[in-house]
Amino acid sequence: MSNYELIIGLEVHVELSTKSKMFCRCDADYFGKKPNTQTCPVCLGLPGALPYINEQAIKDCIKIGLALNCEISKDSRFERKNYFYPDLPKGYQISQYRWPLCIKGWIEVVGKNGATSKIRINRVHQEEDTAKLVHQLGISNFKFPISNEQKLTLIDFNRSGVPLVEIVSEPDFRDVEEVRDYAKKLQQIFRYLGVSNADMERGDMRLEANISLREIQNSKSEIRNDELPNYRVELKNINSFRFMIAAIEFEIKRQTEELESGRILKQETRGWDENSKKTYLQRSKEEAHDYRYFPDPDLPPILLEEFQISNIKSQIPELPEKKLERFKSEYKLSSYDVEIITREREMADYYEEGVKIGKEFEVTPKQIVDYIINKKVNIDEVLPAKLVQAIKSALQVVAIDMGELERIINQVIEENQKAVGDYKAGKEAAIMFLVGQVMRRFKEKTDAKIVKEKIEEQIR
Amino acid sequence: MKIDIKHVAKLANLPLTPEEEEKYGKELPKILDYFNKLNELDTQNVEPTFSVIDLSNVMRNDEVLPSLSQDEALKNAPKKENGLIKVETIFKK
Amino acid sequence: MDINNITIKNALEGLKNKDFSSEELTSKYLERIKKIDKELNAFITVDEEGALNQAKKVDELIQSDEDIFEEKKLIGIPFGFKDLYSTKDLKTTAGSKIIDNYIPPYDATATKKLKDAGVVIIGKTNEDAWGHGSSGENSDLGPTRNPYDLTRVPGGSSSGSAAAVAANECLAATGTDTGSSVRLPAAFCNLVGLKPTYGRVSRYGIISMASSFDTIGHITKTVYDNAKILEVTAGRDEFDSTTPDIPVPCYTTALNENQGIKGLRIGISKEYYIEGVDKDVESLTLKAVKHFESMGAVVKNVSLPHTGYAMSCYYILVPAEISSNLARFDGIRFGKTRDQFGNEAKRRIMLGTYVLSSGYYDAYYEKAAKVRTLIKQDFENVFKEVDVLIVPSSPTLPFKIGEKTDDPLQMYLSDIFMCPINIAGIPSLNVPCGFVESLPVGMQIIGPQFSEELLYKVAYKYEQETEYYKIQPKI
Repeated sequence: MSNYELIIGLEVHVELSTKSKMFCRCDADYFGKKPNTQTCPVCLGLPGALPYINEQAIKDCIKIGLALNCEISKDSRFERKNYFYPDLPKGYQISQYRWPLCIKGWIEVVGKNGATSKIRINRVHQEEDTAKLVHQLGISNFKFPISNEQKLTLIDFNRSGVPLVEIVSEPDFRDVEEVRDYAKKLQQIFRYLGVSNADMERGDMRLEANISLREIQNSKSEIRNDELPNYRVELKNINSFRFMIAAIEFEIKRQTEELESGRILKQETRGWDENSKKTYLQRSKEEAHDYRYFPDPDLPPILLEEFQISNIKSQIPELPEKKLERFKSEYKLSSYDVEIITREREMADYYEEGVKIGKEFEVTPKQIVDYIINKKVNIDEVLPAKLVQAIKSALQVVAIDMGELERIINQVIEENQKAVGDYKAGKEAAIMFLVGQVMRRFKEKTDAKIVKEKIEEQIR
Repeated sequence: MKIDIKHVAKLANLPLTPEEEEKYGKELPKILDYFNKLNELDTQNVEPTFSVIDLSNVMRNDEVLPSLSQDEALKNAPKKENGLIKVETIFKK
Repeated sequence: MDINNITIKNALEGLKNKDFSSEELTSKYLERIKKIDKELNAFITVDEEGALNQAKKVDELIQSDEDIFEEKKLIGIPFGFKDLYSTKDLKTTAGSKIIDNYIPPYDATATKKLKDAGVVIIGKTNEDAWGHGSSGENSDLGPTRNPYDLTRVPGGSSSGSAAAVAANECLAATGTDTGSSVRLPAAFCNLVGLKPTYGRVSRYGIISMASSFDTIGHITKTVYDNAKILEVTAGRDEFDSTTPDIPVPCYTTALNENQGIKGLRIGISKEYYIEGVDKDVESLTLKAVKHFESMGAVVKNVSLPHTGYAMSCYYILVPAEISSNLARFDGIRFGKTRDQFGNEAKRRIMLGTYVLSSGYYDAYYEKAAKVRTLIKQDFENVFKEVDVLIVPSSPTLPFKIGEKTDDPLQMYLSDIFMCPINIAGIPSLNVPCGFVESLPVGMQIIGPQFSEELLYKVAYKYEQETEYYKIQPKI
């Protein structure tokens, strides 16, 4: 692909972890629940039912927008995205199109050469999830095109209406590493904000990609640098992050080959077939949807004042990027250490609590981070104060006892020359007698293995 | 004015008979012609009205209420199986 | 008791004085339905068992609690419910073939409020399928006839509700009004029909036609009865985001206030008195205006300059919303498949889909939404000068069954004096203003948003002096 430059835009969907659904009062936590037991007239799309906005979801969506440096719209609206599919009970999805909640953001990602680039966010908007289609036999790799035996589909509406936030990037990604880093950073942000579990395997967070290739600039090229190719391939309905990356990599190869052999690529939607490890055509441009968006007459607009936005802003915790920089400079930690310690907000908070307590006991931030990483401390079980205590006593064991231990070992060797002789003559068991003697005289608890090693050192 | 009736019917997911296609193919352009009257009005500086009453930020607290029972939810579904609603034909997403 | 000459007001007094029981009252209406409804076709479902059970329950309550009439304002009153209202465990068809077997698992908010107020639901009334129509002829379950002339339409879409009340099959009936659907049948059947302010009554659970136009009204013989029902149904609903939190007045109390018509400023808009309006209809409406003048009202000529654009505006925006609202009828969770839609529903779905489709949104939908602003402003401007407007309800008398079915545009023009009111979201009350031979004529009293109390007061004074409601159909 040396002659071509990769151009990718991403759409990320994330399910919010609110208690109730987006437009009705059903329980939104549908995972593992008995099918069709968390529905009501609204999320089943029964005749006459009307939506009612969940305020928490709106706040969460704005938080995501703010975390991604977006402008928050003063006048935003819900709109109807009209299309037909069995998982969409109303025949339209309540979404946002002309009046999204958040616009014009950005985030920095690291690409394959370690270089940082800015990805522009076009919009962050609020919508609702669809129902879940279940294959008759419960096989999850529901795939297109549908074969005869797959024609029977079952629907569970528990997921219908769960709040979903969509984050649409500009086509600013230039390599797959950037895509990976973006997904990782978004996931981390969602978790820091506490708005979603963002578990990709469970489907809390889903990706769609638009991919095209652009001929690399040279003096003869007529294409301007900022001009996008006149086609793009959408990768959709791919339910795992791993498969998405595989699909992107396959597309890069496929499109390069096509272009190099002089073929013209067209706008189309493709899916991923895990069996053949290939993408396949789902829909061509001619069959593209016409969603007939219009403002949802059932829902009055959301008009925000500056103070309401600042209010939400003040509820946003320190985000991973900032925290990472601060930990580095404030606690003098290595990049490796901070990366691990700030990966999750709970861990970072735990660490800082430990640092605070550590100060009183002359335990340094570095010692704390080492201990947490080396001992794989379970932060749900060990309180920060206990942690500091443990580090403190570990330090003491090492510092005081070594001198004392050596003194006792020397004493025991001197007093038991026979045993020493036996050991040297090949009686391995004799050393255990010496270990026992040392252990008895040494008041504090210690490890027999360490004692044994020390004695061996002395005798040799 | 000519309307691609087949395309509109497809968007609307509405199966039409050839007779219906012909009928709506004749009627719709007539009705749409009548609408052209609106072009007499200059609306360049007019804001559209999407709601006639002055309401905004109508939102509720994030609280859960009891859902319908599975029986109630499935009661009207023509086809169902093991607590799920069944569809026999599926069309491309 | 004589059900031909009874109103909600009399019936409540009769029940309170124990002159008759709710069961007796209910039985009388059920008998009447059995006798005449084959001919009239006002009901889709008659719930004899449910109605009698409810009546018995009500009678027990009345026996045991003297103050029940304060608490349950419509206790024991037999109602017909338009078949767009979700009624838990009682079939709700929308007058359509698609859901002719649908049993809602929940009550509409208005249904629930009326049930809580103690009404007895006699059954579900016929209508143009999905509310699409002005004559009742678009019902997939057969047209309803006008009790005043069985060869004519009763008006629609709440055709069954109006016919049932006019023919004494129930004491009151619920309706919905998106472009004329409460007022036109009320006008054609000599009844009082309210199209309230948009958002005054919750739409939750009432099958949507066009969500930004739909209003939830009702049909009665008298103004008092009408006001009494609105006291029950109006108010904010935490299941309908478009119901403002505006206090609900005690409408019936206001009727008895001593304040008369003196000084009331009535507007006559020249755009509603035009070529093509039936001369008798126009002269009866103007006669009513004269009557108000004689009672001390001041009449002013006003203008609503964008009235001529209302039909186009309406028939772009409404089908657009319809095409989306009817998308949920896909035969998966309930009902039959989409090929079963009737002719008019299909026509509107096609039209609405087209005006929203790629490349046409700006030219049609957005343009019409802007014209909507202009029409709404017309009314706002006029209500700076006058208190109410009085205009004809329909440009014609009740027409013959079949007369307009082949020409959708002619049929749509039946709503010409009514749909502008829905475009602006303001309230309008149809009040009977006389007869041309045996055919009823109605007029609209229109006010600014949330002026229902004023409309009732004005109509009440007029009704007290004219008493057209006493003229019964021969059926």
